[in-house]
Amino acid sequence: MTEGSYRDGIRAMMPLMPAIVAFGASFGVLARAAGIDALAAMVMSATTFAGSAQFAVVSVLGAGGTAAAAIGAAVLLNARYVPMAFAAAGAFRGGPLRRLLEAQLLVDESWALSSREGGFDRSVLVGAGGLLYVGWNAGTAAGVLAGDSLTDPATLGLDAAFPALFLALLAPMVRSDADRTPLAAAIVGAGIALFLTPVTPAGVPVIAATAACLLGFTRPRRPSPKRASAPRVQEARPGGAPRVQEARS
Amino acid sequence: MNVVWLCVLVVGVATIAIKASGPLLAGGREVPQSTARVVDLLAPAVLAALVATQAFASDDDLVLDERAAGLLAAGIAIVLRAPLLVVVLVAAVTAALLRALA
Repeated sequence: MTEGSYRDGIRAMMPLMPAIVAFGASFGVLARAAGIDALAAMVMSATTFAGSAQFAVVSVLGAGGTAAAAIGAAVLLNARYVPMAFAAAGAFRGGPLRRLLEAQLLVDESWALSSREGGFDRSVLVGAGGLLYVGWNAGTAAGVLAGDSLTDPATLGLDAAFPALFLALLAPMVRSDADRTPLAAAIVGAGIALFLTPVTPAGVPVIAATAACLLGFTRPRRPSPKRASAPRVQEARPGGAPRVQEARS
Repeated sequence: MNVVWLCVLVVGVATIAIKASGPLLAGGREVPQSTARVVDLLAPAVLAALVATQAFASDDDLVLDERAAGLLAAGIAIVLRAPLLVVVLVAAVTAALLRALA
């Protein structure tokens, strides 16, 4: 398989755009309701660009919590991006400023869509993340301007769209009969997350679930020595079309 | 500075630093093969955890609500090899219909 393009990333992201814009709008509405001014809400979407952390800040401040509690909750939720950013690090190119800026487009959806066996596809990540960035910020702007005249996204079932997306992205990774460790890592990761949800603050379950990747030490070493050489050779996954191909259409 | 702007600035700077950490400190380098065996499993582990928490977590509780029904419908669509757009739509429509009926 060849390297993807920005367009591949944009196409792969398209199905989720209605949900992204609607959630951006609901963030804008909730922020205004919590007494956060319109400019602050829009600056937050443009700089933080991470839905769950932004909703956490709004809900803590809206409930009368302190700045420390709001910041702590948000940073905890975003801590999962540390291992995710290191996993994708090899895909980024160019000088420090370019890497810093492109890295801001890393969110759950763009990270998952650009994941390939043995690495990540930078163009797909930037294309998918860039479109998501535009949709999220446009949605936020619409939300702070429209106020509470917008429909609750839950009424449209849009909150169910995100777990469905992540399941659809997970499926081709765990289908291989030759190597059962990805399936095992998924089951252990989900188990850790569910087990910890009632007993830890939000954010911790997903971070702790990354421990499931330690199952990798039980895998045989891959026979291909190709990965040390750049440019990277992208291999089709055994038993499936390349993932971006599956994701579009 | 008021509390809101303090939160916006601190969370914004912290998130930018978190996302840039890997690409700045380890960018452009290939992952050694010994590490790759482990890093390859990060995607399935994190995705499964996101599925679990976004479908079943409500604040600090585990719940079975319309999202779970949407996820089940999505799972059936995935087994039938439906395209991604259909999978996402099936989940949203299932959850919306159940909520409308409730």
